[in-house]
Amino acid sequence: MAEMIEIRWHGRGGQGTVTAAKVLADACLSSGRHVQAFPEYGPERAGAPLRAYNRISSKELRMHCPVLNPQIVSVVDATLLDSINVGDGATKDAIFVVNTSKDPKEIRAKLKAGEGQKVFTVDASKIAMECIGRSLPNAPMLGAICKVTNIVSLDSLLEDVRKSFGKKFAQKIIDGNLEATKRGYGEVKEG
Amino acid sequence: MAKVVAVTGNEAVAEALRQVNPDVSSAYPITPATDIMQRFTSFVSNGKVKTEMILVESEHSAMSGCIGASAAGGRVMTATSSQGLALMWEELFIASGTRLPIVMALVNRALSAPLNIHGDHSDGMGARDCGWIQLWSENAQEAYDNTIQAFRIAEHLDIRLPAMVCLDGFIISHSIERIEYMEDDKVQNFVGEFKNLNPLLDLDHPVSYGPLILPDYYMEYRRAHAEVMSKVPNIVLDVASEFEKISGRKYGLFEAYRLEDAEIGIVILNSAAGTTKDVIDLFREKGIKAGLLKPRLYRPFPYEEIGNALKHLKAVCVLDRADAFGGSYGPLFIDIAASLYPHKNGPVLFNKIYGLGGRDYLPEHAELVLNELAEVAKTGKVKTIKEYIAVRE
Repeated sequence: MAEMIEIRWHGRGGQGTVTAAKVLADACLSSGRHVQAFPEYGPERAGAPLRAYNRISSKELRMHCPVLNPQIVSVVDATLLDSINVGDGATKDAIFVVNTSKDPKEIRAKLKAGEGQKVFTVDASKIAMECIGRSLPNAPMLGAICKVTNIVSLDSLLEDVRKSFGKKFAQKIIDGNLEATKRGYGEVKEG
Repeated sequence: MAKVVAVTGNEAVAEALRQVNPDVSSAYPITPATDIMQRFTSFVSNGKVKTEMILVESEHSAMSGCIGASAAGGRVMTATSSQGLALMWEELFIASGTRLPIVMALVNRALSAPLNIHGDHSDGMGARDCGWIQLWSENAQEAYDNTIQAFRIAEHLDIRLPAMVCLDGFIISHSIERIEYMEDDKVQNFVGEFKNLNPLLDLDHPVSYGPLILPDYYMEYRRAHAEVMSKVPNIVLDVASEFEKISGRKYGLFEAYRLEDAEIGIVILNSAAGTTKDVIDLFREKGIKAGLLKPRLYRPFPYEEIGNALKHLKAVCVLDRADAFGGSYGPLFIDIAASLYPHKNGPVLFNKIYGLGGRDYLPEHAELVLNELAEVAKTGKVKTIKEYIAVRE
C-alpha cells in the first residue's frame, strides 16, 4: 500500500456521505495510522452536491487542503455523473466505486476511465432500502470500498460502524447498517 | 496511557476544557466556534464538569460575564469567532487591563461584510494589540495542547493576563484528525489548583476593581502592562518544557522547520504551515535550501528571537491570511519586518496575502512562493513587495 492514500467522496446532502468519511477515518485509526476526514463546507442543503475527503497515512499528516489527486473516488449518488467530472485529478491507477444498479462496464464507459483505473459498482441504495428501510447508501458504500481497496479489514470497519451509529440510533438501525455494510462488501462488482 | 482519537479541532478544544474543568464559563454561539461551547454545555448538563455555565445574549455579555467571574475569583474560559470577537472589543481591553487570566478559544474566521464564515485571521489580527496573550495552533493537536498550556500561562502569578488560543475555522475546527488526548488526572495535575489573587469575593479583604486613573498615573499603569507582557515569553517556555515532560510534545515561541541551514524561508501561521512543510520537503529533495518559521506566541511577539532565527536567510516571504487596508502590508509581515529591522544584512523580504475568507491554500501556492524566493535570493531583487495569491484580478 502507498504511504498515503487520498480519497474523495461525491454525494448529495442528506445521504450520510460525511458520516461515511468519518467512520472510515475512525476504522483506519484503529490500525495505528494517521487519518483525516473533512467535508467541503458550503451552504448545506439536502440534495445539494457535496464533496468530502479522507487522507490515510503511515506518517503524520500535515497537509491541510482539499484532496486534488485522489487514488480512490467514491460516488455515493450516480446522478452526479451527469453534472460533475468525478474523475477530475484522479490518479492514473485510481479506483472508482459508484453507487448504481447499472452494469460496471457501462459506468466505466461513462467515466471514460483510463486503462490503469479500476471501476466498481454496487447498488448501495437498494441494499440500504432493504436493510435500513431508507435510501442511506453510506454503509454499503463503505463495505464496497473496504472490499476493493483493502485499506481496512471488514471487522474493524464493522466495529466502527457499530460504534458510530450506536451513539445516535436504535439497535434495529445499527443492525441494519451492519448488514448493509456486509452486503456492500459482498455485492460490489468490477467493470 | 494517552488515548489516540480521530476528532475535530473543536472537539479537541472542548475535551481540553472538560479536563481543565473551569469554575465559570460565559458564552454565546457563533460559527465556527459554536461547536466548542455546544459540546462543553453538554458536559455541564451531564455533570462531567462542575463549571457554572452562563448563557448570555451576546458576545459583549459573554466577555463581561467572564470578567465578572474572573474578578470574583474563579478559573474562567469562553470561545468565539469573527464578529463575536469584534463585539467583545471593549471588554477585551477591560479583561487585559484588569489583568484577569481568562482563557478564550478563538476559532479564526473572516469578518463581515460581506458575510463569510470561513477560516481567515482578520479577527485575531484585529485584536493583536489588546493586551492579551495569543497562542496560534497549526492543527487539532496543537489547539488541544495550547488550550491546556494557556491556563498555566495566563494564571501565572507573575503575569495574570488573559490568553487567546487561535485555530483556523473549518480547516481545523471542523476537520477530523488523529490526535492524542492525555489522561484527565495528568491534565488536572498539570494545570493545578486555581490560585486566587485579590478576589472580589474575599469579603474579609475588600478590594476595588475598575478604578478611574487620570493622567497623573494612567501612563505608569500602561507602562506596567508592557513590562508584564515582556515576562510572558519566558513563562511560555517554562510551561512548554513542563508540558513536554508529560506529553512528549515539544513547543517553543515559534517553530523553526529546516531553517538552520536554509537560504530561503516562508513565515506563515496556523494550518497553512503544515501544507507548506510538505512542499518544503519536496524542494529540499531538489537541493533547494528552503525552511519555514511558524509563530506560536504571536502576542507578545518575540521580535528578538524571531529576528535571530531569520537573519541568516537570503530571502523571506511572509504569508498573511489577513489583509491590512490603507496601503499597508499584512500584519504578520509588519512584525517580521520589525524583527529583522536591527539586522542590516538580513534577508530580502516580501509579502503575500492568501486564503482570505477560506480560499484554499494549496501546495501549488507554496511552490509558487518558493520558486519566487529562489529567484529573489539569486538576484536580490523583489518585483512587488505585497501581492495577492490565488485571486482573480
